Amino acid sequence: MSTFIQQLINGITLGSVYALISLGYTMVYGIIKLINFAHGDIFMVGAYIAYLSVTYLKLGLIPSLIVSMGFCSILGMLIEKFAYKPLRNSPRISALITAIGVSLLLENLMQIIMGADSRVFPRLVAEKNYHLFQGRIVVNNKQIYLLIITVLLMIILNFVVKKTKIGKAMRAVSQDMDAARLMGINVDTTISYTFAIGSALAAAAGVLVGLYYNTINPLMGVLPGLKAFIAAVFGGIGIIPGAMLGGFSLGIIETLVSGYGSSMYKDAVAFALLILILIIKPSGLLGKNIKEKV
Amino acid sequence: MKRVVSLIVLLTFLLSIFAVSFASSKNVIKIGVDLELSQAVAQYGQKELEGIKLAIDEINQKGGISGKKIELVVIDNKSDKTEAQNVATKLAVRENVLAILGPATSGATKSAAVAATKHKVPIISPSATDDTVTVDEKTGKTKTYVFRTCFNDSFQGNVMANFALKTLKAKKAAIIYDATSDYSKGLFKNFKNTFVKNGGKVIAQEAFGKGEQDFSSIITKIRDKKPDVLFAPVYYDEAGLIIKQARELGMNIPILGADGFDDPKVVEKAGKNNANNVFFSAHYSSQDTDAKVQEFIKKFKAKYKQEPNAFAALGYDLGYFIADALKRANLKFDSLAKDRERLRIAIENTKNFVGVTGIININKYHNAEKSAVIIELKNGVQKFKQKLNP
Repeated sequence: MSTFIQQLINGITLGSVYALISLGYTMVYGIIKLINFAHGDIFMVGAYIAYLSVTYLKLGLIPSLIVSMGFCSILGMLIEKFAYKPLRNSPRISALITAIGVSLLLENLMQIIMGADSRVFPRLVAEKNYHLFQGRIVVNNKQIYLLIITVLLMIILNFVVKKTKIGKAMRAVSQDMDAARLMGINVDTTISYTFAIGSALAAAAGVLVGLYYNTINPLMGVLPGLKAFIAAVFGGIGIIPGAMLGGFSLGIIETLVSGYGSSMYKDAVAFALLILILIIKPSGLLGKNIKEKV
Repeated sequence: MKRVVSLIVLLTFLLSIFAVSFASSKNVIKIGVDLELSQAVAQYGQKELEGIKLAIDEINQKGGISGKKIELVVIDNKSDKTEAQNVATKLAVRENVLAILGPATSGATKSAAVAATKHKVPIISPSATDDTVTVDEKTGKTKTYVFRTCFNDSFQGNVMANFALKTLKAKKAAIIYDATSDYSKGLFKNFKNTFVKNGGKVIAQEAFGKGEQDFSSIITKIRDKKPDVLFAPVYYDEAGLIIKQARELGMNIPILGADGFDDPKVVEKAGKNNANNVFFSAHYSSQDTDAKVQEFIKKFKAKYKQEPNAFAALGYDLGYFIADALKRANLKFDSLAKDRERLRIAIENTKNFVGVTGIININKYHNAEKSAVIIELKNGVQKFKQKLNP
């Protein structure tokens, strides 16, 4: 039993990261129906920006988190402006290929600038381990930070989407872009904001991963990016609570597969899950089947 | 303009012909060096080259080999397997070297060995540990022209298994290994065989895939089976992460590794307070009190102003090793092919060569039978624990 609870804690930790990244995927998809494959690499850039601001500007955890989120939100907006906006009315496949191109560009740029080998992320927080039930279950303070920051960011996001003007605009644009434009909503600004918020969340995930694993490298975004995409589809792409649910579920499923099966199968299971969901319920766990009106 | 270009081309061509003919003059013995001096594993190659150069300078100052100076022809293989083979071909055909030293890594050495075998030049790696470097995988035959002056992975796995049983008195071992790496898989097999043969039990063996960062679930699984030791034959990236995550999950048993642990990045990633009770096999330790080791460290510091690591020591030994073989080969300088053959036989017959990294005996598999050291990490600092002979 204690092993199971420990594995659950491991899974929730991993799940927080997936959830944070998949929020960005889901938001962008919800608004412009684009799978932004560069999203995982923005997560990587976020980790590197935090690394640089800690090493050279000697900032602490929260300031470097803010710097990194700010930088990546601008980066996200720029990518949208230069790479995706000109293709907004082209076939969807062109935008998708462009997104893959942007992803490779970011990865290779980072390899040129920072070198290809992994770097050690500085220890920002003194490590503390809390032993519960005579040491059978261990939780460390970084896991608690990770969870608290993740939940906090999600509450803020929920507030923005539900209660603010920009959130209202986002929901309107995601329902019908042309109708929103006729109602006087500035669609371009709304899309920019969506990219900014999504990228900021990915950056936060990058910083937290650096903090938790102490190691970052230019290709760290590839697999988590794909996994977060699976998480978004799992929960229902375009639905914010779905992304959270999907992220946590995937983290826990992976951990349990490694814990009770073999760690070699966990990626296979994740991707098999994706295929299953797409076959059984393409709209995801929380998705609704919308009938196309003809 | 065109004329100028063609003139330059012609001149370079003529010069290179001269250069080749001058190079094969009779006053020097040419030895090729094919090492990783840039890109991914440049750390290894550069350190080995420093060691080789220090040794060859010393030998030349003492008068060289029967009145002839050794001349090194150094070419960078850019940490690339294909390039390593090209470099070996260039050294054998264009530079007419007697032997090739290098490369540093197993993959590059296997690939350079193909060219060396084709042109019948002895090639000696200072640090390729994979078993199949000197022995053909399919036929089990020793590769005639390929040698190494370090121990191989079978030996490392045995050393760590015996250390776990005898020194740490371990009965139950758990193993975490990288299923995508030859190095890791080979060590896992060798450790397991020896450990089980000598009365131990392997109660958990967990594989992971390339680039894994999160080991918490496999460590939790292993932790609750309560092993006495954890063996993790991995490179430094994963080593740091495994140590850290094991300690954070409250697993305080000894963690064992192989020469992949011999890098400062392990401690950086694991954290000083976590890098405790960690033991790994290595080629050499700077804390070895052996007079020969301490003398080498003094010389190295005098020349390069820094501490030598294991790779520098392996390079230094290789320099003396080739000189020793050259002395015994009684070269006649009548034909390059015959001299290469004489040298090959001399290398094959090396017995009781005393080096900084131990006494080297070349066995019938062209492996160096030699001692390993065990290093312990205490609060992130390397401590020399013991020396083990084969």
